[in-house]
Amino acid sequence: MKSLAELQAIKEKMQGKVALREGSSDKRVVVGMATCGIAAGARPVLNAFVEQVNEAGLTASVTVTQTGCIGICQFEPVVEVFEAGKEKVTYVKMTADKVARIVEEHLKGGKPVAEYTIGYTEL
Amino acid sequence: MKDLSLNLLDIAENSVKAGASLTRLHILEEGNTLTFRVQDDGCGMTEEILQGVTDPFYTTRTTRKVGLGLPLLRMAAEQTGGWMEVQSRHKDAHPTDHGTQVTAVFYTDHIDCPPVGDLVATVTTLIQGHPDTDFHFLHVINGNEVELDTRQLREILGEVSLAEFEVLQWISGFLSDQYTGQKACE
Repeated sequence: MKSLAELQAIKEKMQGKVALREGSSDKRVVVGMATCGIAAGARPVLNAFVEQVNEAGLTASVTVTQTGCIGICQFEPVVEVFEAGKEKVTYVKMTADKVARIVEEHLKGGKPVAEYTIGYTEL
Repeated sequence: MKDLSLNLLDIAENSVKAGASLTRLHILEEGNTLTFRVQDDGCGMTEEILQGVTDPFYTTRTTRKVGLGLPLLRMAAEQTGGWMEVQSRHKDAHPTDHGTQVTAVFYTDHIDCPPVGDLVATVTTLIQGHPDTDFHFLHVINGNEVELDTRQLREILGEVSLAEFEVLQWISGFLSDQYTGQKACE
């Protein structure tokens, strides 16, 4: 059974790390979580990003956040990746299964996964 | 929406957008009745907006204040023979006690009643996205409670964010353990 004492231990472990991390994120993964996104399956996509960014050890350079309706509801779940000095990358019709490649090739490797992007999808 | 946990996530997002500092997510299951309630202390809605919130064709494109979330919830509830109600107190008329309460009742023995879904994922998703607002989650199943209050966690965590991966994992485990414990008691 998870206990509050365990949470206290997590706090003590994290306290030192927080200061190091501030302001250092250079990539931002934004998942559309309005009604359209949620209905289309954005929740497992978001959770896959949160999990896999952590597993890949990228939490210092990548933040995963949520936003409302991006305006292209027919392409939901939509995920945008922002990086300073680069053009925004928009991934459409996302699934949790597609997340691994984006984490590996784009967030880690720096090369967007072209076939998941909006430019690649048949309009 | 595939299940009630997704409706819950969707409706709770409205509360956060309304500037709520505390959002209560309460689900009460008793016999064949499931009562779903989201209650916040956000800015509330004016009478005029409140009148239109459950009508999917009310929203005008320029304002886009509400959208499809509440109509979808109402439809899901009514399909089971249940109902939905929205009560709201706008901050201009009620400066000290404003907020919105959405209540939906589902009859779980109706063939069209959606499954409850993954409530643990809904709670962790809300906290991940909005670590600076508080949520009180309470799910009562025939008298047995599963509960999480971020105010209590915040007291322990101090300046450590609720959105830290380790904290989210702990929250997920903390809730899952409570659900497992319930099953063991049945």
